[in-house]
Amino acid sequence: MADRAALEELVRLQGEHVRGLKQQKASAEQIEEEVAKLLKLKAQLGPDDTKHKFVLKTPKGTRDYSPRQMAVREKVFDVIIRCFKRHGAEVIDTPVFELKETLTGKYGEDSKLIYDLKDQGGELLSLRYDLTVPFARYLAMNKLTNIKRYHIAKDFDIAGQFDPMIPDAECLKIMCEILSSLQIGDFLVKVNDRRILDGMFAVCGVPDAKFRTICSSVDKLDKVPWEEVKNEMVGEKGLAPEVADRIGDYVQQHGGVSLVEQLLQDPKLSQNKQAVEGLTDLKLLFEYLTLFGINDKISFDLSLARGLDYYTGVIYEAVLLQTPAQAGEEPLGVGSVAAGGRYDGLVGMFDPKGRKVPCVGLSIGVERIFSIVEQRLEALEEKVRTTETQVLVASAQKKLLEERLKLVSELWDAGIKAELLYKKNPKLLNQLQYCEEAGIPLVAIIGEQELKDGVIKLRSVASREEVDVRREDLVEEIRRRTAQAPCAC
Amino acid sequence: MPQLGLLPKRAWAAIFRQLLRPPRCACPQAVRCHSQAAESVLTSQLKSHQETPNFVIKTPKGTRDFSPEQMVVREKILDVVVSCFKRHGAKGLDTPAFELKEMLSENYGENSGLIYDLKDQGGELLSLRYDLTIPFARYLAMNKLKKMKRYHVGKVWRRESPTVAQGRYREFCQCDFDIAGQFDPMIPDAECLKIISEILSGLRLENFLIKVNDRRIIDGMFAVCGVPESKFRAICSSVDKLDKMSWTDVRHEMVAKRGLTPEVADRIGDYVQCRGGASLVEQMFQDPRLSQNQQALEGLRDLKLLFEYLTLFGIAEKTVGESVRVTETQVFVATPQKNFLRERLKLIAELWDAGIKAEMQYKNNPKLLSQLHYCEHTGIPLVVIIGEQELKDGIVKLRSVASREEVHVKRKDIVIEIQKRLSES
Repeated sequence: MADRAALEELVRLQGEHVRGLKQQKASAEQIEEEVAKLLKLKAQLGPDDTKHKFVLKTPKGTRDYSPRQMAVREKVFDVIIRCFKRHGAEVIDTPVFELKETLTGKYGEDSKLIYDLKDQGGELLSLRYDLTVPFARYLAMNKLTNIKRYHIAKDFDIAGQFDPMIPDAECLKIMCEILSSLQIGDFLVKVNDRRILDGMFAVCGVPDAKFRTICSSVDKLDKVPWEEVKNEMVGEKGLAPEVADRIGDYVQQHGGVSLVEQLLQDPKLSQNKQAVEGLTDLKLLFEYLTLFGINDKISFDLSLARGLDYYTGVIYEAVLLQTPAQAGEEPLGVGSVAAGGRYDGLVGMFDPKGRKVPCVGLSIGVERIFSIVEQRLEALEEKVRTTETQVLVASAQKKLLEERLKLVSELWDAGIKAELLYKKNPKLLNQLQYCEEAGIPLVAIIGEQELKDGVIKLRSVASREEVDVRREDLVEEIRRRTAQAPCAC
Repeated sequence: MPQLGLLPKRAWAAIFRQLLRPPRCACPQAVRCHSQAAESVLTSQLKSHQETPNFVIKTPKGTRDFSPEQMVVREKILDVVVSCFKRHGAKGLDTPAFELKEMLSENYGENSGLIYDLKDQGGELLSLRYDLTIPFARYLAMNKLKKMKRYHVGKVWRRESPTVAQGRYREFCQCDFDIAGQFDPMIPDAECLKIISEILSGLRLENFLIKVNDRRIIDGMFAVCGVPESKFRAICSSVDKLDKMSWTDVRHEMVAKRGLTPEVADRIGDYVQCRGGASLVEQMFQDPRLSQNQQALEGLRDLKLLFEYLTLFGIAEKTVGESVRVTETQVFVATPQKNFLRERLKLIAELWDAGIKAEMQYKNNPKLLSQLHYCEHTGIPLVVIIGEQELKDGIVKLRSVASREEVHVKRKDIVIEIQKRLSES
């Protein structure tokens, strides 16, 4: 019907309009209004009686992990978790959704990005947006005052009242250890402090009410040149040009501990209590980072702002460096791979008595790292094995299925990773080919004559060399061979 | 066979108690800000909970957090499971937590009421995955795969009425192993049973029985007993209750609720109360009625083959106390003196750089006694003690927490000495 087609077209256009608004980060009210219009239109369409084509895909913005990608992921997680454990962290887990109220009011402008669950008559729920707010909830619920924990090979946090900057320094040390072990290239960790930012805005003359929004403009300096940021602050956010210029003088600076010293002498900044607090802590932090041997990887960067609202002190972000096109140029940061900071007020929001539990933590950008590692492996043309199988149990002649089943079972019972083809009478060539494709290093070949002699032929897939091994010695021999040459995956 | 650590029965009982601990709740009444920084963060954008006086801090109904102790147990269990899957050559797979709503609602029939939907926020209609099987089927179809042996460990979500005491949750972890593809009969099936057996043994749950049957035998049996075809599924679910209810009760349900005649019910009873191994399969082959039914015969033949393979797999017929440590820290860096923070920081960095798991207290001037207590409490085996006098002589003390013995080690040799000790233990 023409009416229906017209309505469907309206729905499609409105849907695109909504998507556009979300991309432009329009105001929450505006988006809500347009979504309501969209839902009304959809309701008019009524129940869809026509059998629509079944769309075979994952939801927008999500993806499956193929076995190859899982292998890469496992390697990366292994490096990360080993580091967390080396620093004495415990692990916790929390549900994938929280009560909607738990997440309300914690994320500022990002709240509109939260996935809500449909109201199905029970509690109102939302999918967790990060692992930090659930962690704060966990601390408050269990009345914990200190814990050092990691969560899913991604997040690491230290909660508790301790002597200043030692845990903060450990977080940075962990970030550097992980990024170095992953061998994804040179990196830099930018460090700043919320108090320095706020102090700086105050002395430049930014009105209190505009702090957060100016902050998010400054945050764009890693992607966009100063002129553009200045235009946004003056043109869109109504900042006086002189104020913007004063901000510009500060935020374009970055350096080491000498910059901290310099700013402590700055006539305006040194009058601001907050800024001085932040600078003093940063100075102490740099001392500890030097003792930890990582100060050459750290840059005090006044343009680092970080989006989330719950940070109260030091903040940091690690970026990978692209080797510069010309000598003498500074390396370009190409996207953040890890970040974090101190958030002292979050747990207090959950605790019934408002008891504060200071926290500092970091989050590893695992998705970005997976892509980078995958690309690197592809570039090196390194084969990534998707299984860990060590031996294929094969037969050279027909009617040997029973023998294969017995042997593979013995190998499994001895803890050896083994497979067999699900065919009664497979051809030897096919079995060997299977090994080559899957990267299985050894084949245990059962043959009629060998059975009579009480031996199994053990063949190395790579060298094609075969030896006869006595049945009772096979497990030992396989163990010996696989221990010497650990899987090259 | 990989074993699950060295835990005697009572330690296991203690651990399971931990796992079943109910979630806690707390009710905040007011929120106070204490520092200028927290104030500026809280006042500008964030709402305080003074606006919602009835806010209860808890996890959603039917879900729970896992404490570090519970995670240790969970990780050990998953390790046994996943290493078994890998040992059998399965590939790992992962899929998103949510799927397109139509993907799920079309496939679960009467269970679709139990699916968690995401709110319609103007985009695609989505639902949280209900199991790992539909996503697997979708993956195979999307990637046009005809064969795959895969495992998938992940959480799934179901809006069931949660009875926490019975271990039923709305969010729980599934460990799936599936073999997709056309192969010679019963070999993959036998491998699945072998895997179940290896995992249960690996978890030290050795007193188990695997019950096996076949849909075709069940349907054939119903047919020869005289069950009307339309009642097949209903009678099936009654028979399924035999592991919890007595035959008399089940029979009663079939006659009174499902409308079966008593004679038909009795005939079913003659069959379903049978239990046995390969010999029972033989017996059924000889059964005058069942042997006339094509379906049943097919099922029986496959079961016979299965039992042969299971025999070859060896499954046809089924401490030393150690407390549960929640961290793997190997060395603690301590000092009895004031103002030795820098020395501790330098030393611990050397240990970390050498790959050694180490911790220290986040205090400028900690007391030695509390540091040693901490080690005993958390099970850390070694302590390096940095003291003033020893440092002047270029020496630190290495102490075994268990034996309390201390030796002097040259500062420059401490990393090597610790590595030696750790590899010996």
